[in-house]
Amino acid sequence: MTLSPDQLKSAAAEKVAGLAKLRRDGGVLRDYRAPRWDEPFIMEQGTPGERGILVPLAEDGVTAEVGAAADYIPEGMARAAAPELPEMAQYQVMRHYLRYAQMTLGMDLGSDISEGTCTMKYSPKMHEELIRGHKAADLHPWQDEDTLQGLLEIVYATGQYLKAISGMDAFTLQPGGGSHAVYTNAAVMRRYFEARGELDQRTEMITTIFSHPCDAATPMVAGFKVITVMPDENGYPDLEAFRAAVSEKTVGCMITNPEDTGIYNPQIDKYVEILHDAGALAFTDQANANGILGYARARDAGFDACHFNLHKTFSSPHGCEGPATGAYMCTEKLAPYLPVPVVTKDGDRYHLDYDRPDSIGRVRGFLGNWMGVIRAYAWIRNLGPEGLKEVAEISVLNNNYLDNLLMAVKGVSRPYAEGHRRLDQVRYSLEQLKEDTGVGTEALRDRMVDFGIQSYWMSHHPWVVPEPFTPEPCETYSKADLDEWAAVIKKCSEEAYTDPQFVLDSPHAQPIDQMRRTEAMEDPDQWAFTWRKYKRRFKDKA
Amino acid sequence: MADTPFVHPYIPNSVPATKQAMLDELGLGSVEEIYAEIPDRLRFKGTLDIPPAILSERTLRKHVQGLLDKNTSSVEFMNFCGAGCWQHYVPAVVDEIINRAEFVSAYCGGDYSDLGKYLTRFEFNSMMGELLDYDAVANPIYDWGDVAGRSFRMARRITGRDKVLVPAHMSPMRLMEARTLCQPESMPTSTKIRFYEWDRETGMADLADLEAKLDDSYAAVYWENPTYLGTIEAESARIVELAHSVGALAIAGVDPITLGVLTPPGTLGADIACGDIQPLGMHMHAGGGCSGFIAFRDDGPVFAQECPLELYTVMETATPGQYAVGEAIAERTSYGSRDQGKDWVGTASGLWTIGAAVYMALMGPQGFKELGETCIARSHYAARRLAELPGVEVRLSPSFFKEFVVDFVGTGKTVAEVNKALLGHQIFGGKDLSAEFPELGQSALYCVTEYSDKDDIDELVSAVKEVTA
Repeated sequence: MTLSPDQLKSAAAEKVAGLAKLRRDGGVLRDYRAPRWDEPFIMEQGTPGERGILVPLAEDGVTAEVGAAADYIPEGMARAAAPELPEMAQYQVMRHYLRYAQMTLGMDLGSDISEGTCTMKYSPKMHEELIRGHKAADLHPWQDEDTLQGLLEIVYATGQYLKAISGMDAFTLQPGGGSHAVYTNAAVMRRYFEARGELDQRTEMITTIFSHPCDAATPMVAGFKVITVMPDENGYPDLEAFRAAVSEKTVGCMITNPEDTGIYNPQIDKYVEILHDAGALAFTDQANANGILGYARARDAGFDACHFNLHKTFSSPHGCEGPATGAYMCTEKLAPYLPVPVVTKDGDRYHLDYDRPDSIGRVRGFLGNWMGVIRAYAWIRNLGPEGLKEVAEISVLNNNYLDNLLMAVKGVSRPYAEGHRRLDQVRYSLEQLKEDTGVGTEALRDRMVDFGIQSYWMSHHPWVVPEPFTPEPCETYSKADLDEWAAVIKKCSEEAYTDPQFVLDSPHAQPIDQMRRTEAMEDPDQWAFTWRKYKRRFKDKA
Repeated sequence: MADTPFVHPYIPNSVPATKQAMLDELGLGSVEEIYAEIPDRLRFKGTLDIPPAILSERTLRKHVQGLLDKNTSSVEFMNFCGAGCWQHYVPAVVDEIINRAEFVSAYCGGDYSDLGKYLTRFEFNSMMGELLDYDAVANPIYDWGDVAGRSFRMARRITGRDKVLVPAHMSPMRLMEARTLCQPESMPTSTKIRFYEWDRETGMADLADLEAKLDDSYAAVYWENPTYLGTIEAESARIVELAHSVGALAIAGVDPITLGVLTPPGTLGADIACGDIQPLGMHMHAGGGCSGFIAFRDDGPVFAQECPLELYTVMETATPGQYAVGEAIAERTSYGSRDQGKDWVGTASGLWTIGAAVYMALMGPQGFKELGETCIARSHYAARRLAELPGVEVRLSPSFFKEFVVDFVGTGKTVAEVNKALLGHQIFGGKDLSAEFPELGQSALYCVTEYSDKDDIDELVSAVKEVTA
């Protein structure tokens, strides 16, 4: 069956309108109330003398031999005043943080289609059991490599799989996050040109405005001048502007594809070619590779390097922003510059190779965050090559299905590349809604959570798309989840058109009410980064 | 098999009927029509070179656990190695909280929906502030070496000077990370790292050398307390004084678990402190338990404005007496200003911040004090007993917290040989320093925390006696 665009739109509008009612009225919206514990800060709690845990004391045989610990602390180095930490019994501490956990919606509870660019997929619970056991959690990084063979095997194998997925020749899993892997690239490219004696000449890195902020910030940290290319009228990085930016000064590019807009740049290999013609290098930020797994490889578009976030595409949980793992992948040409140690295989044995004279050195201590690697390994093995493609296919299908519903919501638009379908995510605009009602994207974000849905990701800065929001309905979500998410946006839009002040006063069903005195965030005379500062500044005076 | 649709428990819409219904609503024949956005020449048409799926959870678990079982853990063997990642006891309540699904699965959710996450971060910052004696603590990032490098860059921005002085026995691993951040010296925005010497007898800073090298071209003087080699830096206050005498900043690298008994960097007058929170309740995870913090004095806005990491401040709400937490001066970070921001921030080690908050709240002032005393007493006991062995010598100052240098030169054995032989006794020996510090001979850095009791130490001593005999 094939429907015309207009037919599709009216069918979607009808569907989403029906869904955007409370469940008791026949819709899918929840009558949700977030837990509200009215819990004081832990610094305000406890009673002098209470203990949260008892620690081992030195045995008599030890003190008989060495005497008092205090005798070993040099003059002036013994702490005079005890730290003003809570004194609280164990149950009370545990309960306090359990209440904080309840007041955190997270992804597992919150139907996190919301956080586009973050790929909030289900993190299998079995993986958590694997990494919490002592065979993973209680390993010392300097242990003899003979006692880490299982871990090294997992890392090595995961590296091989990521090579297959990217088409690259070499890998490191040392970076402690996606931005860290992107930074690793800036350092590797720097070392490459340093080794060639071209570092004085090559001083400029090119990125695009719809690439992640780290693609601009990390080359700056590496010492390069950053040139940012803006989109053309179709949302693609302006090819002519890109061409004009490339010169004999260019180190390379650090760009995403698809960009945050979800639009796949069909000419991406042309950009790479322009760089290579100028002797420069090309890196692609693949933090969000979900839509292209098994469909497109960075190497095939000519890139010299790319990265993956194991906590996004490869299922490792986000853990309130870490611990995370960045996988940095590159061609043979850049492999000598990878950070040490590199995991190698020799017959059945795995080794940590530190003897790499051209290496950039290190970006992180020890071996990296290999909890994420264990999880990624398990996830890849669980899905196999067909499953990975299915992940991509369903992500893309989910995204287009949700798009169909959202585009039928009043006040929502989708800038750029009309007639082109997005892959894994879409950057929408609520500019129309704001114009019509005064309700912008921030207010809507603070209202949608009242329906038990995680707040959406708007956009990285700057907001090139006005009043943006960016959902990413990856393979984790069911059709019913997508319907519910679209219904929430529809409901919030309806509220904005009928009672905008109600939305502007949001939230209404959260652990706390609307934040006030927000100028404190910018004012040195008002900010308080710790409780002791706040207490001195505001409470002790009162 | 090829005809069997791939339906997976993690992919609900892989059910063929669902997929078809969705395609129908989109007026599409297949997902291929969407992938037409990727031009044919850029399409990967082969099959990924990845082993076939291990589909059942039971089989997969058996397979991966089988690989992990090839490891030998520091629970099975006794571990006496630290050197940047330390085995302290992890209270059960810490694991209980950080394993909560809400925290494990949360990411960048908003101020309201993820309130508990932000409140916990603020409590972490506040309790670290108490331990370190600072009013300002930032949201942690990768690890100690990384925040050392960031602190150097921060000092450069604050002072406008482009050199820092660091001790020559700074942790070599941390130095490597900091060097990567500080750029090759030929680059115009590089931060140059220079070294001051250390006393080979005590392990402390060589103040005469520091004084001789220091002048007003330096942005900062960095020192570590305890030092990488374990010594408590008795001259910390003097280092601060020297730095300040030329208008340089004093940057302390500290292990926060020492601060129940040792003078905190804020009290010593350090302008910035950095270090690792791994000892505060994190399992080692082969180094994955590490997470770096930055704290600083907050008596003027410049430090906060130049801090590269996220800062959180107490906020009020429409209801009097109710608190929220907001991100302060976010414009300064890379999320706010891309390449015009201060370094960069990104997903790093958030869950460990929560673990450390729980840990600090459980320990309280008395817990930190007792734990410090136990580390000092047991490590000195171990050092004494080891030093009694023929040919085994404990080097450097008699004043250390949990780590100390053991020289095996007199035994005629290398550290590598000793450590290999100790594996036969189910013991992980100290970190081999012979390559990093050849001047210390065949030395290893041993670590004894509250995790190991007297019986463990006695067993270590008799094993070392046997393998060095």
